Amino acid sequence: MKRVYVNEEWCLGCHLCEYNCAFANSGLKDMSFALKDKKIYPRIHVEGADKITFAVSCRHCEDPICIKSCIAGAISKQNGVVKIDRSKCVGCLTCVLVCPYGALMPGEDGIMQKCELCLENSCGTPACVTGCPNKAIVYEERGAEE
Amino acid sequence: MKNYVIIGNGTAAIGTIEGIRSVDKDSKITLISEENHHVYGRPLISYYLEGKTDLTRMKYRPDDFYDKNFCETVFGEKVVSIDANAKTVTLKSGKALPYDALCVATGSRPFVPPMEGLDKVEKKFGFMTLDDALSLEKALTKDSRVLIVGAGLIGLKCAEGIKDRVKSITVCDLADRVLSSILDNDCAAIVQKHLEANGISFLLKDTAASFTENEAYMKSGKTVTFDILILAVGVRANTELVKDIGGSVNRGIIVNEKLETSIPGIYAAGDCTEGYDSSIGAGRVLAILPNAYMQGHAAGINMAGGSKEHANAIPMNSIGFFGLHMMTAGAYEGEMTEEISENGIKRFFVKDNVLKGFIIIGETDRVGILTSLIRDKVPLDDVDLNVAKTAASNMIFSQEARRKKFGGVV
Repeated sequence: MKRVYVNEEWCLGCHLCEYNCAFANSGLKDMSFALKDKKIYPRIHVEGADKITFAVSCRHCEDPICIKSCIAGAISKQNGVVKIDRSKCVGCLTCVLVCPYGALMPGEDGIMQKCELCLENSCGTPACVTGCPNKAIVYEERGAEE
Repeated sequence: MKNYVIIGNGTAAIGTIEGIRSVDKDSKITLISEENHHVYGRPLISYYLEGKTDLTRMKYRPDDFYDKNFCETVFGEKVVSIDANAKTVTLKSGKALPYDALCVATGSRPFVPPMEGLDKVEKKFGFMTLDDALSLEKALTKDSRVLIVGAGLIGLKCAEGIKDRVKSITVCDLADRVLSSILDNDCAAIVQKHLEANGISFLLKDTAASFTENEAYMKSGKTVTFDILILAVGVRANTELVKDIGGSVNRGIIVNEKLETSIPGIYAAGDCTEGYDSSIGAGRVLAILPNAYMQGHAAGINMAGGSKEHANAIPMNSIGFFGLHMMTAGAYEGEMTEEISENGIKRFFVKDNVLKGFIIIGETDRVGILTSLIRDKVPLDDVDLNVAKTAASNMIFSQEARRKKFGGVV
């Protein structure tokens, strides 16, 4: 299955992936209307500082511990994509406690949201990848399937 | 074809079904549960009373879950005994069901210490099940004065859930602090202050010595007048079915890493078990939901002839009250380093070059990175924990470690 991978040597730390992610998942057609003067809640986050920066989003693990740990049964895997049913989430953050990648962050409402690879939003393919100016984020097949 | 029987319908039972089905798609699974409900997220009962979820959304799996997994459910029935020789379980109705592999996922029940006059209290409730929450809900009024006995996870989540639906809430506990099972003194004090600021009153190092219908006479000599009494003192594992037939039982049903009990063909999973806590290197009842699922899932795989060990189990909790969130994991032993900021506190416990445990209140972003250090006993040589004092981050790892971590399929 194709997943999002980050080459940290090429990451410029520009945070454009975060903006493209927030816009792709906003459900809005106009980027400035969606993002301007707003605190954004993207599903990919640039970590690091100074010379070392890299973006982190869901790894869509083969055996996701977040699914096993969710107290609401809100997280599931469908066709290889780890998804969250936000209507079921109560914001307990147990998934944040267990994700070894630190890939999950709550949304503005305190309810969890996560990278679902943009497969069902207006972008249709990971917006963080298409918008990365230095091709530091890629969407590709690596390694064996389960 | 095998005959699988599961006793219980909580998270461990669902894990067992999914574990079995990952190996064996066809054999019959029968699930027997005293509760008359489709499986629900048990810790969600406080969120239900708070209005953050409802009876539909709190279902732990979709409506068609049992059908899709070819699982026959027997709800509202109690298993009274197991015959390990005949390999049958006997229901209260007298009916006997055969099994090839059995999983005991009977959970736990409230522990109520003997308290004089408790029988005179009409409006008293436990807070473990959906039925508990539904009957408590019926009794709640805007004028209710509530006394909760027990300042642990269950009692305090209950307090948060009903806060806006009642007049007052007093919580008492014999312990000298709130959440004594997961917080040390200093951290508990921070949480208690926050709870008090949100209108919860406490009587610590104190408990009810006796009751009349509406009054609790405390050990300290104080009197608490109440309309509703909630008992959340503690829980006891439901071990009887295995104990009665000579299975090894301590505080829970003893299981090995394959979730086998001491009796062949009988597995156990969830809050009724005592497994291995890798953070302390000893057996312990780890009554937390992720552990219940993972134990059940491993049990199911093994029942179906696969091979799965549930190792690396550690205590861990993520919980919040009135907007203040905290995460804890592992054992609080070894050298402690702390970081206090205006947003909260972090305490890390390091021993033998590994992170043994942490208490983090307030800034909980990315804490799972630290939990995995405990779970996997990662040597700290190439890990910079100082970075995590500000915030948990993948910057604690070396560039090479990050490349391995993020470079491939995981």
